[in-house]
Amino acid sequence: MELYDLWFVLIGVLWIGFFFLEGFDYGVGILLPFLGKGDKERRAIINTIGPVWDGNEVWMITAGGAIFAAFPHWYATLFSGFYLALVVILVSLILRGVAFEFRSKDDNPRWRSFWDWAIFGGSAIPALLWGVAFGNLVQGTPIDASMNFTGNFFDLLSPYTLICGLAGLMVFLLHGAIFLSLKTDGVIRTRAEGIAQQLVVLVIAAAAVLAAANYVYLDLFSKIGINPGLMPVASAAALLAVGYFVREKQYGWAFVLMGATILLSVATFFWFLYPNVMVSSTNDAYSLTVETARASDKTLELMTVVALVFVPIVLLYQGWTYWAFRKRITAESTLEY
Amino acid sequence: MDALDLAKLQFAVTTIYHFFFVPLTLGLSLLVAVLQTMWYRTDNPIYKQMVKFWGKLFLINFAMGVVTGIVQEFQFGMNWSEYSRFMGDIFGVPLAIEALLAFYLESTFIGVWLFGWDKLPKGIHLLSIWLVAIGSNISALWILIANSFMQQPVGYQSVIDANGVMTKVQMDNFGDVITNPNVMVQWPHVFASGITTAAFFVLGVSAWHLLRKTQQQDFFRRSANIATVYGMIGIVLVIMVGHSQAQHMVETQPMKMAAAEGLFETEDPASFSLLTVGDLDQREEVFAIRIPRLLSVLSYNKLDGEVRGINDLQAEYQQEYADRYGEDAEYRPPIAVIYWSFRAMVGAGFLMLGLAALSLFLIYRNQFTTTRRLLIVLPWAIFLPYIANSAGWIMTEMGRQPWIVFGLQRTEDAVSPNVSAEMVGLSLVIFTVLYGALMGVDAYLLVKFGRRGPVEETLDAA
Ligand code: HDD
Ligand code: HEM
Ligand code: HEM
Repeated sequence: MELYDLWFVLIGVLWIGFFFLEGFDYGVGILLPFLGKGDKERRAIINTIGPVWDGNEVWMITAGGAIFAAFPHWYATLFSGFYLALVVILVSLILRGVAFEFRSKDDNPRWRSFWDWAIFGGSAIPALLWGVAFGNLVQGTPIDASMNFTGNFFDLLSPYTLICGLAGLMVFLLHGAIFLSLKTDGVIRTRAEGIAQQLVVLVIAAAAVLAAANYVYLDLFSKIGINPGLMPVASAAALLAVGYFVREKQYGWAFVLMGATILLSVATFFWFLYPNVMVSSTNDAYSLTVETARASDKTLELMTVVALVFVPIVLLYQGWTYWAFRKRITAESTLEY
Repeated sequence: MDALDLAKLQFAVTTIYHFFFVPLTLGLSLLVAVLQTMWYRTDNPIYKQMVKFWGKLFLINFAMGVVTGIVQEFQFGMNWSEYSRFMGDIFGVPLAIEALLAFYLESTFIGVWLFGWDKLPKGIHLLSIWLVAIGSNISALWILIANSFMQQPVGYQSVIDANGVMTKVQMDNFGDVITNPNVMVQWPHVFASGITTAAFFVLGVSAWHLLRKTQQQDFFRRSANIATVYGMIGIVLVIMVGHSQAQHMVETQPMKMAAAEGLFETEDPASFSLLTVGDLDQREEVFAIRIPRLLSVLSYNKLDGEVRGINDLQAEYQQEYADRYGEDAEYRPPIAVIYWSFRAMVGAGFLMLGLAALSLFLIYRNQFTTTRRLLIVLPWAIFLPYIANSAGWIMTEMGRQPWIVFGLQRTEDAVSPNVSAEMVGLSLVIFTVLYGALMGVDAYLLVKFGRRGPVEETLDAA
């Protein structure tokens, strides 16, 4: 394995961290206006992710920075190509980020409700678009010989990529509902559990559609044959286990297996993608691969040392924050605003 | 306007906006950490009140810094893809390290600090605000390492293709990149400008309350005392380092210095410009008031020494880069903008020095709270560091033009070739409108909570 292969894996790890952590943040944000009746309940819901959402979002910033450093061409092609989609994501993230801070700073109900919907939209739109973006990476987009994207915004929306987006959105919703079942008590918990019960069937259905779409829209048959290999099968099994545990009301286990589902699906995605990082639909030869997009050995060596030292440290202290704020929250708790 | 101009404008708008919030974060996080340490040590409730009050204003500001930062990171790929390809091998590294070392730290512990009141042991809670302050200032260090490479490229290797054209730069010596002589003056200057910004912010808000004799006079008197000392340290450091920075600039980017001084012809000894008016295409001086020898003193700390002028440098660069860009390429940055932004920064700096010194003197004489005229001025002086910060960056970045990476890549070659002017224009409009609206909300909240003063926390939970 070359160093750039390792970096392909590491970037996968960063995205897994991001989807696992920010995934439930998105889910909680989308569920907020529906699960919380009244200001106190909504505040309680926000406070389940209050201390952690910003740290979780940094997983995306780091993944972006790592792509820039380890695969400069991937960064350049991706970000200039998916231009308008990224503008939409940025606007969502900006509104969502300030909403968490600004919401509490005025007690006018219209003010609060405005920012609650900003959190909703700011969570729902990226939750949908990340899936669309990843779908485009594997399905392929028009890329020319000088590695530049030649399509437009609407080229990014195809049946396949929309299925990817919707499946992602559903998974994040369920992830958020399970998280809330673990982090809250009282009425909010009851409602969150109820939603999780309903969602889990839909999510399994969405996953099945996505699996079929992979065979229809990507030429997986010719690539890997009918047997997809261990990883996707394991991820499907993990998702079914989530269904089982949600039904059994064992939300702790459901959450763990949700984590496994996300890990295995993102890993599957990267495994399908490899050795490409962006597929060209114009000409196979124009696809960006780990080899053509990569940075120099020196940069990769350096980044490897930095990542191997600091990623574990980050995991330790972020893990600690979940432990420090492990208590369940209810609308009756003393709430930090 | 074409895509290039729009992309430049977008960079200017979004970055100036980002840097509107960053210096206050840098300086105020540190001040809040110091205040909380004093509370931890003395158990005096007034320090807790200070931490809560200034901390709340800090948080309102911090949120804006975070969300505007994300745009910055995406923007290199979106608008400057050729730059990202050319420079990614070097430039991506400090950016990624910044995220790993600094952003995780500050964003994780800001949550711990905000939600940890009364839930965590006091010592750990104190540690969390220190980690935020350290994280923010480390993040500034890494981004400035990246920026310094653009000002003064070091530690790289050029990759030349078969036609002899330089296609990109590669990492050669990372040690050189992080010990770039430029960052050794740039980071201290930015660090001190953060302290100055926070100090004048706290001083201005305190003066507003002292003038109106609102409740909690003691609280604001003490805050003003602390801020004055903090501001004095900050502004003296800023000016001293700024002087070294200017000297460094004469060596590495003489064109920027010549533009900042409106110096068209080389002089030895060089005079300092009090006022220079150039002709319309900025080629020649029309009118000038100059102080003899002062520029040589500033540049070299001695009474003579050659400082090169714009026209000579232009001719020199035309020769030096003739094989790459032809014989009559343009190497002159927009001179008037640079000249005036330098003056705005330095002017604001000396004004702040004067205000800080006067405040210190009056505090020492016990007359600060009764000197109404000063108390009227100080809230307005909150604008000064913001003017200086924006002007300083405008000079730094525009003074480097036409280069995006000095001597290696021109800005016009750096822009994304496949992004149309319509797309950049659309995103520029979207960001400008959104940022404008948020600026309004942010200012409303800062004024609201700044005026209210320290009240018991339970009040706003209603
Ligand atoms: C409170 C803010 C503040 C104040 C009072 C000053 N500056 Fe400044 N200055 C900045 C805030 C700043 C800045 C915004 O932070 C810059 C932009 C880039 C940088 O490194 O710092 C800057 C840049 C900057 C540069 C450009 C460096 C380059 O392009 O490489 C020079 C030469 C100076 N400063 C010099 C001074 C001098 C001689 C000052 C004397 C009063 C001064 N500054 C006051
Ligand atoms: C340290 C981080 C920074 C980096 C890496 C950086 C990098 C860049 C880049 C890539 C451009 C676009 C290309 C160009 O026009 O040259 C640019 C331009 C610009 N930047 Fe920065 N910048 C930084 C900080 C700042 C800050 C903090 C400000 C202002 C507060 C600023 C103000 C500007 C302006 C005004 C331009 C436009 C120049 C022009 O129109 O000619 N920059 N910078
Ligand atoms: C143009 C290049 C820049 C990029 C790519 C960039 C990137 C970012 C990003 C992604 C964030 C959000 C981090 C989070 O979510 O916690 C951020 C915040 C921050 N940035 Fe920048 N930034 C740039 C310029 C600067 C400059 C010039 C400075 C200081 C000298 C600076 C200092 C900070 C600090 C201290 C924060 C912490 C949050 C806050 O300020 O409120 N950045 N930046």
